[in-house]
Amino acid sequence: MGEDIYEYSADIGKRYFYGGLTLNRIISPKYAQKIMNVVFWGVGILAVAILVIVIGYILYHGLPQINLTFLFTSPINDGRSGGIFPMIISTFYITIVALVVAAPLGVMAAIFLAEYSGENNFVKSIRFATETLASVPSIVFGLFGLAFFVVFLQIGFSVLSGGLTLAMMAIPTILRTSEVAIETVPQSYKEGSMALGSSKWQTIYRVVIPAAIPGIMTGILLGMARAVEETAAILYTVGASFSVPVSLFDSATPLSLHLYNLAVEGISLPNAYGTAAVLVIIILIITVTTNYMVERYTKKMMGR
Amino acid sequence: MENIFEVKDLNTYFGDSHILKGVNLSVPKNEVTSVIGPSGTGKSVFLRTLNRMNDVISTFRKEGDILLDGQEIYDPKIDAVDLRKRVGMVFQKPNPFPKSIFENVAYGMRVHGDNNKKRLQEKVESSLKGAALWNEVKDKIDESAMSLSGGQQQRLCIARTIAVEPEVILMDEPCSALDPISTTKIEDLIHQLKNDFTIVIVTHNMQQATRVSKYTAFFLEGKVVEKGLTDKIFIEPEDKRTEDYITGRFG
Amino acid sequence: MARNWEEYIIEKILLLAAISSVIIILLIIGFVVAQGLPAIQFTGFINFIFGMNWNPEYNLYGVFPMIVGSLGIMALALLFAVPLSILGAMFLAEVAPRAMRRILRPTIQTLAGIPSVIYGFFGLIVLVPFMRVHFGGSGFSMLTASIILTVMVLPTILTISEDALKSIPLEYKEASLALGATHWQTIKNVIFPAAIPGVITAIILGMGRAIGETMAVIMVAGNVPVIPGSILEPVRALTSNIALEMGYAVGIHYNALFATGIVLLGLIIFLLVIANYINYKRRVTIGGGYL
Ligand SMILES: Nc1ncnc2c1ncn2[C@@H]1O[C@H](COP(=O)(O)OP(=O)(O)OP(=O)(O)O)[C@@H](O)[C@H]1O
Ligand SMILES: [Mg+2]
Repeated sequence: MGEDIYEYSADIGKRYFYGGLTLNRIISPKYAQKIMNVVFWGVGILAVAILVIVIGYILYHGLPQINLTFLFTSPINDGRSGGIFPMIISTFYITIVALVVAAPLGVMAAIFLAEYSGENNFVKSIRFATETLASVPSIVFGLFGLAFFVVFLQIGFSVLSGGLTLAMMAIPTILRTSEVAIETVPQSYKEGSMALGSSKWQTIYRVVIPAAIPGIMTGILLGMARAVEETAAILYTVGASFSVPVSLFDSATPLSLHLYNLAVEGISLPNAYGTAAVLVIIILIITVTTNYMVERYTKKMMGR
Repeated sequence: MENIFEVKDLNTYFGDSHILKGVNLSVPKNEVTSVIGPSGTGKSVFLRTLNRMNDVISTFRKEGDILLDGQEIYDPKIDAVDLRKRVGMVFQKPNPFPKSIFENVAYGMRVHGDNNKKRLQEKVESSLKGAALWNEVKDKIDESAMSLSGGQQQRLCIARTIAVEPEVILMDEPCSALDPISTTKIEDLIHQLKNDFTIVIVTHNMQQATRVSKYTAFFLEGKVVEKGLTDKIFIEPEDKRTEDYITGRFG
Repeated sequence: MARNWEEYIIEKILLLAAISSVIIILLIIGFVVAQGLPAIQFTGFINFIFGMNWNPEYNLYGVFPMIVGSLGIMALALLFAVPLSILGAMFLAEVAPRAMRRILRPTIQTLAGIPSVIYGFFGLIVLVPFMRVHFGGSGFSMLTASIILTVMVLPTILTISEDALKSIPLEYKEASLALGATHWQTIKNVIFPAAIPGVITAIILGMGRAIGETMAVIMVAGNVPVIPGSILEPVRALTSNIALEMGYAVGIHYNALFATGIVLLGLIIFLLVIANYINYKRRVTIGGGYL
């Protein structure tokens, strides 16, 4: 065997030397490594560049449009001039309606899946349903909202119809994030509580949920982001009113929808930039808050 | 006697933690050297420093010299990839790739640019023979390596390593996850391999050290406390701590 | 006793909440199908799916151009997004130093969070004129839509692929490096092949996102309900079809838009079933794996 190896090594040397023919490789591994390093960095930098360009462009053109008048007055003449006050209110109103419905449902479902269920077919079907719900295109939610809330339940084009439609979209997001948060609560916590004679629900309520709260909040924030950015699902459920919605049954125009109308109908480019910038800023605030919470949460978990 | 590795005053760090503290050791060529010592004393770190596996860890830092055939292996001119072709490694847990047996052994050759089918076949066969595994797997060479037993997987990992024809094979507790019969097979294999390779083996098993190695180094808390001929160390150790350790009176 | 009753009731309430997803998805399917079926009956299933003409004025409802449009935009977007995402995932999981990871992760996350209407707006204002100048035509095209979609699906595919790459045991990597493979060879030959099932799941979810996207596509694709002759011509996606016409649709036209929704739902559920099957296979082959 020794000889064998010796021969082989000599052979390799030769082949490297004469290159080409027997050595069916076009570029050497080390050169390939260098090329790939460049490619990898290129892709990474490209991603950062895209973000900077998109957000930078919107903010560069949008920020100059934003002033107190823009933020606190109603649109005039279909949005050709004036501000976006009703749209800001509509966005928050609808988002709150959505969260008031989706957060309890999502969190309770998460508690059930994490703490009360095993892995049987019933639970599997719940999971598949959640997964499907998470992947249903938003326009289909819009169709459903129109057919069910607006027409069938006769709620009409309103904050409530839009909010409920968004709630259904936010449930899977809240559910999954909360479930992970609940599952990562250390078993020892639960055992400690159980050992003191607490019932299962008492343990969950007093120990598990408080420990999982940052994760649950993250889920709710993500659901919130989803509700704020959504357009297609509310296109045909909230109506199109330019006044500040007061009752749940008033119709409204949230920011995203307003931006769409301004841009596509070519009504007012400056106002479109301003609206886009406000929307981007809201989303950035939510994202940064979420990140901050996640970071603090992981630090706390690691610190143990 | 010729030394293949000369380690002089080696200190290693992970960030702030100082692991190896002034290690001096020579590794003789075409012999088996055992590294023994209690858990957490830096045996694995030492081994992984010899083929620069620690380079993967960003906080790793080393001081001192490690000469392979007289050349510093951490010299910026030396590529870790080239070094690892010369200094192969077998790990504690058998870690075949989730590929066929054939592809596992052929991996090194392919990676080094040889895709010639005939040569690959010859090489796979000779390596598997060299690892005393050929007879057991020759009929299922295209089956998943994951279907082999733990002992077979470990011999496959050895075959995979010798297929690259390194000069040195580092083995980090290669038998600790294996049953006694597989262990015996690997020990027999080590005896044969030393004709062609230099072997450095970390082991917790004192009998194994005496059975397979000619030289032994005893590590304690990042330092080499005693080194030399295995027979000498195990029969009349100079240091009290060595004696305590090999007689099992340690900690 | 009272305690037990309380526990029992709470468990049932939680169960009800958990079932709500099932109820909602069934309601969605039920309502969309119920509203859509009349149009499919009116047109005939084959004529609806494979009909080449969509012209509500003449009660012609063939969605085939939109199916081609949706799938075409998706395919083109994936053509760009898959390599970029996989390379990005490899970069994040294996290559990027800590400082770069700390920049890149939030970047990807923010890209995922940007509202689709903002992407659409950016596309409309920046990309469409750019395409018009450099590629001719109106600038509204399948290509334009897929470029915007590339950016939108990139975070989905990248994040899930990264998770898949990171879940590959370190032992494989070490074994490969110890044999003298370069880092790239190790990624290409060992880490990536072992992560393929996860990467495929990522791609399928990216497909779902691409097919389901409405606002961004509507704003840059041109929305002509005809099969395009080239990628530089305008197309209409299934989603856009609904969003564009629902505002004024009545009668069978209204139903036809819901029927378009059925097609969308069908495509999405089909993708999900495949993704689940791959996940299932992956779980089965773990340990005895043969990749
Ligand atoms: N990647 C790393 N980062 C930080 N510290 C490490 C790393 N790897 C090892 N260490 C530390 O280095 C010390 C020596 O570890 P090493 O694995 O070499 O011990 P060992 O002698 O091989 O023990 P064992 O017999 O249990 O395998 C330990 O304290 C360990 O915590
Ligand atoms: Mg060790």
